[in-house]
Amino acid sequence: MKHRLVCAAALLLFALPLAHAGDATPMAEDPVVEARMVAISEELRCLVCQNESLAASHAELAEDLRREVRTLVREGKTDPEIKDYLVSRYGDFVLYRPPVKPTTWLLWFGPFVILGGAVIGLIAYLRRRAGKVLAPALSATDKAAAKALLGGQDSPHSPKDQA
Amino acid sequence: MKRFLIPLGLFLVLVVFLAVGLNRDPHEVPSPLVGKPAPEFKLETLGEPGKTFSPADMRGQVWLLNVWASWCVSCRAEHPLLVAFARQGGVPIVGLNYKEVRGDGETNVKKLAGDEEIVLTRQRAAGWLTRHGNPYTLSVLDMDGRVGIDYGVYGVPETYLIDKKGVIRFKQIGPITPEALEQKILPLAKKLAEES
Repeated sequence: MKHRLVCAAALLLFALPLAHAGDATPMAEDPVVEARMVAISEELRCLVCQNESLAASHAELAEDLRREVRTLVREGKTDPEIKDYLVSRYGDFVLYRPPVKPTTWLLWFGPFVILGGAVIGLIAYLRRRAGKVLAPALSATDKAAAKALLGGQDSPHSPKDQA
Repeated sequence: MKRFLIPLGLFLVLVVFLAVGLNRDPHEVPSPLVGKPAPEFKLETLGEPGKTFSPADMRGQVWLLNVWASWCVSCRAEHPLLVAFARQGGVPIVGLNYKEVRGDGETNVKKLAGDEEIVLTRQRAAGWLTRHGNPYTLSVLDMDGRVGIDYGVYGVPETYLIDKKGVIRFKQIGPITPEALEQKILPLAKKLAEES
């Protein structure tokens, strides 16, 4: 349902400039082609305004590329073929989901490596600290000194006193 | 003292990442076409109507393909450099006039009749070259930007350095700066000219 709404919104967005220009671009001519074009374009980045998808961008290049995608869809090309067509011209940058390959390993796995490192560091730190906290056991003299300071009482802050 | 070294180290790493990252132009997307054969096309030239040009015509030469349009402000900025460079000779420059009419942001080509677009294209392109000088061996007309798409053009001006075998060896995105010309394009062109 949500996906449909998004599609509809994208279609509307896309239809606006066309309607505005009063063009007879055959938008409704083949809704199936149009829907596929929009679905593919949403996965692709517009190179002019880089934070917009090809489906949402009003840049002229985006319009040209959507026209190109539409033509490829009509020619019966599959989604991966169409994406390859654009990647071969503009590089992996056009994909919002970059492929996993040696040059993108750092991108894909880097955050997990950093997370792993941080977890290991944290564990090491906690272990060291735990050792430190447990180590200084009170010697007999310390205990005597403490007792003297507390006025001879064994435990001035026993639960009973607090209650 | 030692306990401050780790945060300081991490901070320095962050600074290095930011220094590199923030100084890079996000609009410069590395082209996958570098190292690949220049896409073929056959387009009409600006000079002689009816005559076509294709990259295969330049086989055996090291040459530059410069994407330009009269509406392109940055092209105007790099143009004097190209004119001066062409005067020195050596590397022929072919102009790819990109969406001269469609790209101007004003003209609706769907309202133009028949050959009006090509007439306008020729008029505007030739007029611009007369005014600002013509560094091009010849220019070809890519009216609908299809060839531009094949070359991965996404912002004019863009310039491709193509070797004798027709392989793209370098791509300049945005206007050519004197530094880019002297430090990258010229040395590489010289090196490529020596290749067989």
